Amino acid sequence: MLQTVLIIFGIGILAGVLGAILGIGGGIIITPILTLAFGLDIKYAIGASVISVIATSSGATIAYIKDDLLNLRVAMFLEIATTVGAIVGAVLVGIVQPNFLYVLFGGLLLFSSWNMYRKLRAGSEVLHRPQPDPVAEKLRLNSSYYDKNTQQQVDYQVEHIPGGLGVMFGAGLASGMLGIGSGPFKVMAMDTVMKMPLKPSSATSNLMMGVTAAASATVYFFNGAILPQIAAPLAVGVLIGATLGTRVMQILPARWIRIIFVPLLLYIGGQMILKGFGVSF
Amino acid sequence: MQSDEQKTNTEMAQVEKIIGLILQIGVLISAIIIGVGLLLLLFTGQSGYPGQTFPTHFGAILSGIVQFKPFAIMMLGLFCLILTPVLRVVVSIYAFAKEHDRLYVVITSIVLVILVFAMVLGYLDI
Repeated sequence: MLQTVLIIFGIGILAGVLGAILGIGGGIIITPILTLAFGLDIKYAIGASVISVIATSSGATIAYIKDDLLNLRVAMFLEIATTVGAIVGAVLVGIVQPNFLYVLFGGLLLFSSWNMYRKLRAGSEVLHRPQPDPVAEKLRLNSSYYDKNTQQQVDYQVEHIPGGLGVMFGAGLASGMLGIGSGPFKVMAMDTVMKMPLKPSSATSNLMMGVTAAASATVYFFNGAILPQIAAPLAVGVLIGATLGTRVMQILPARWIRIIFVPLLLYIGGQMILKGFGVSF
Repeated sequence: MQSDEQKTNTEMAQVEKIIGLILQIGVLISAIIIGVGLLLLLFTGQSGYPGQTFPTHFGAILSGIVQFKPFAIMMLGLFCLILTPVLRVVVSIYAFAKEHDRLYVVITSIVLVILVFAMVLGYLDI
């Protein structure tokens, strides 16, 4: 018992650090480890992963709120789409073919990793739009943040709000169905679609994941999918890891974060598509 | 105009400080409860429940806590952790209200209603 608890505690720290840096919930890391390495039933792996998503989010949000990286308006506005998506997703689980979803989401992840790769090659971040977006102005979504790496206050504008909402609804769907934080989709909605800079996108995604996951977590909690002996050490480990990861993230330049992100998205996307076609490993 | 804005800014900074503190306390309390349950489990080597079972409902969890059953304490801590993002939404409504941002009080309240709806759905659909 002690050994298992300690190993899972260690996995939690690792997932927390990675999750905080990349703006993902760690569910994508934890579910494969628990099912492949520990032979745990996918149902319990998903339950544990939802807890780790909340722990990453809550652990990191505390740090971000002090550092002004978070855009609370963007988070709450988009949260309407993700929470509704999560509920629809939870209802849809029993109806739609899961294989189809795996392929669909895997494809989206591959697309987004290609997109980020393109951005890497394009160089610096685009912050100032020549034409301000009227919807973003009306909803007061534009903001600024202090970049510790370049030591500058960066003003930014967001655009394509309906597109962002659409992707967020999809992210909520994935979250409700697969018990993941779907951080990559959320970062994609803000960073790729809405043209928000990566650091505030990442921080905002972290907060949103927790709120989205909380909705489905109660379902998992009450139907017994959250095993205390797995979820508890994982939660504590993730909380510690997320706190560490947040410190590291502020020193790393956005470019580095992208370099880590691109192969990760490729890997997960490929894994999801293969799973959709029935290839297991 | 300028001083008004400055006043709002310092007020907001204070509100954010309070929110940060509330959240930190919430997360800390959950972590402590989970930690106590974990330590109890490791030291006693017993979950307090037969085989692989564990409590999932408030009644069973509460009666388990009274008897210092490790799994019951861990489940309570995990449930508190699940509530921390909900707490985040609640304090955000307060923050926007302080800022006299009526639009975002409404938007954030909608999020809270959706969350509560999802929770009721989870609780009833067993």
